[in-house]
Amino acid sequence: MSEITKTSAATVQASSLKRFGPWIGFLILLMVMPFIFTSNSAIFTMNLMGIFIIFALSYNMLLGQGGMLSFGHAVYFGLGGFMSVHFMNYIEDGSFVFPMWLLPIFGGLIGLVFAIIIGSFSTRRAGTVFAMISLGVGELMAASSLIFVAFFGGEEGVSGDRTMGPTLFGADFGPDKEVYYLIAAWVFVTVVLMYLFSRTPAGRLANAVRDNAERAEFIGYSQRKVRFVSFCASGLFAGIAGGLFAVNFEIVTEENLNALTSGTVLLMAYIGGVGFFIGPIVGAVVFTLLQSILSHYTDIWQMYVGVMFVLTVMFVPQGLTGIMMMHTPAYRMKRLGGLTVPYLRLGIPAISMVAGIAGFLEMMHHVRGAAQGESTMSLIGIEFDTHSVMPWVIVAVLGIVGGYLMRSQAGQLKDAWETANDPTAGKKEASS
Amino acid sequence: MTNAIDLKDLRKSFGPTEIIRGVDLDIRKGERHAIIGPNGAGKSTLFHLISGRYQLSGGSVSLHGEDISNLPPYEIYRKGLSRSFQVTNIFPNMSVFENVRCGLMWAQEYKYSFWHLVDRETELNTKTAQVIEEIGLTSRQHIPAGVLTYAEQRALEIGIAAAGGADVIMLDEPTAGMSHSETDQAIALIREITEGKTLVMVEHDMGVVFDVADRISVLVYGEIIATDTPENIRNNKAVQEAYLGAEADE
Repeated sequence: MSEITKTSAATVQASSLKRFGPWIGFLILLMVMPFIFTSNSAIFTMNLMGIFIIFALSYNMLLGQGGMLSFGHAVYFGLGGFMSVHFMNYIEDGSFVFPMWLLPIFGGLIGLVFAIIIGSFSTRRAGTVFAMISLGVGELMAASSLIFVAFFGGEEGVSGDRTMGPTLFGADFGPDKEVYYLIAAWVFVTVVLMYLFSRTPAGRLANAVRDNAERAEFIGYSQRKVRFVSFCASGLFAGIAGGLFAVNFEIVTEENLNALTSGTVLLMAYIGGVGFFIGPIVGAVVFTLLQSILSHYTDIWQMYVGVMFVLTVMFVPQGLTGIMMMHTPAYRMKRLGGLTVPYLRLGIPAISMVAGIAGFLEMMHHVRGAAQGESTMSLIGIEFDTHSVMPWVIVAVLGIVGGYLMRSQAGQLKDAWETANDPTAGKKEASS
Repeated sequence: MTNAIDLKDLRKSFGPTEIIRGVDLDIRKGERHAIIGPNGAGKSTLFHLISGRYQLSGGSVSLHGEDISNLPPYEIYRKGLSRSFQVTNIFPNMSVFENVRCGLMWAQEYKYSFWHLVDRETELNTKTAQVIEEIGLTSRQHIPAGVLTYAEQRALEIGIAAAGGADVIMLDEPTAGMSHSETDQAIALIREITEGKTLVMVEHDMGVVFDVADRISVLVYGEIIATDTPENIRNNKAVQEAYLGAEADE
C-alpha cells in the first residue's frame, strides 16, 4: 500500500529540482563549452553539433515518437536554410530591417509551410507508404533545386553575409564564437520546446499511434491527424535547424536538402537511439565528433560510420542511449562496479580487434590510393612501408587474436551481467 | 425512447462470401446485451461493422437514432460508442498510466492540443488514476503495458475502452483465455464500469453470458436466429439445435 501511495504521489508532482535540474545543467553546459574547448576548430564543431542536435531531434519527432520513417527530412532543413539565406540577403540589401539572430524563424516558417503541404497527403499512411512518399518528395526537391535557380542558386547555392542588420548587445555574429552562443540559445529553446511537445496530448498520442495506430482510432483520434500534427512540428524545427545552418555557414546548397543529408539525420537519430528523447542529441554529438575528428585522420571515416550504423541496427537497435540506459538497474542496485573487470576483459581484445581491422582497411586504402612508388604511410604516428610484410602481419595478429579473445570472453561478461542484474541475488534491496 | 443501437438489414461480404447476411437488431438503452454463436458465425465481424472498422456492404447502423453507417472509428467513438478487442489491442511500449490517459484524452476535450502539458492537467491525471484503480492496476501503472500478464492486459483493454465515459460499450470476448478466478474478477469489473451504461458483449463462456446479460442474441452463420431473455434463450429449440446442443460440452 505504501508503494501505491508513493508512486501515485510521485506522478502528480516530482520535486522541482528533479524536474528542472537537468535543464539547468544543460543550460550551464551550453554556456561553458566554449571555455573548455577554445580552439577555432572546436567552436566550429560545436556549432555544427548544435545545428544537428535540433535537426536530429526534429527527425525523431517523426521516427521515434511518431513511428514515421522518413527518407526526406532534409527537405525541411534545406528549405529552411535557403529561406534564411535569402532573408539574410534582404537584410544586407537594406530592403528589410530585421535582427540576424531571429533569422531561423523564417527557416522554421517555411519548414512548417512545406510540412503542412506535404504532410497533408504523406501522413495518410505510416510505414512503407509514408517512407516511399518521403523519398519521392526528397528526390523531387533535390531535382527542382537544380532547376529553379532563382531560389536555389543552382549548383553553387546561395550565399550571404550574417554580419548585417541590427546587432544584439553589440554582437554582429562575425566571430564563430558569437555564432556559437546564438546557436546554443536556439538549441536550448528548441530542445525545451520539443521536449514539451512530447508531453502534450498531441505528443502523447503520437506515441500511441506509433504503438498501435488502429487502437488510437477507437479512442477518438484520427491517426492521420495525429501524424500530421507531429509532422508539422517536425518540419518547423527542421527549418529552424536549417536557418541556423545558413547563419553558421553563410551558404546553402542543394546538398543541404538532398538524400545524403536525409540519410545523415536518420543515421544520427538511430545511432543515438530513437526510443529516447535524448537519443538523437547523443547521436548528433557522436556523429559530429566522428565526422570532424575522424576525418582529420582518415579518408575513409564514412565507412566507419556506416559500419557503426549497421552494427547498431543489428545488435543494439536501442542505440547508444539504450546501452547507457541498460545499466540503470545495475546502477540502482550499486552493482556497476562488478561489471568493470568483465568489461575490461572483453574491451581490451575488442579494441585490439578493431585496431587490427581498421589498420588493415587503412593500409588497403593507402595501397590502392597512394601515388605510384609512394609506399610509406603513417598511422597513429608510426611510419612504415606498406609493401613490406611486417605491418600486414601485425594488423592480422591484432585482428585475429583480438577477435578470438573477444569471443572467448563473451561468456564471462554475460554471466557477470546476469549476476549484476538479478534482483534476487545478494541482498533484497531491489527496487522495482 | 430510441434504442442505443439499431441495426437494419446489416450485410457484409468479403469477396463472394457473405459473412453477415442481413442482421436486424435493436439494443435498448441501458441493457446488457450478449451476442453468442458458434465459431465463425460472424460475431467479431458484426462488432467491426458497428464500430466502424469495416465498411458495410449493405444496411445501416444507428447509434441513439443517428445514422453512423460507414463513419470512421474515431467519429463513432466521439458519438459515444467505445469498444474493446478480442485480441488484446493496447499501446505496448507506453506505460499503463499513459495507455489509460490516452483513452481519456478525447473525452476530456484535449483534441490534438499541443498547448497543454499532460502532467499539469490535474483533473485528467486524477481521472486516469481512478480508472486504473478500478481495473486494479495501480501498483503496475508505471510499467510498459506490453509486459503485463495476459489477464492484466485484458483488464487494461477494458479500462481503455471504458475510460472515456462512452455510454455504449462493446466488449469482444472480455474473458477469453482467463482462468476461473480471473473470469470472476473480470465480470465484477465489467459490471462496475458499465453501471448505468449500455453494454454489448460477445462471449463464449455461457456462465458469464447467463450471469451478466439482460438479453441475448444468437448469431448463426451471419443471421440472428433469436433475441430474448437468458431464460427464453435457454429454452429456445432453434438455439439449442444450432448452438447449445452442438457444443453442449462448453
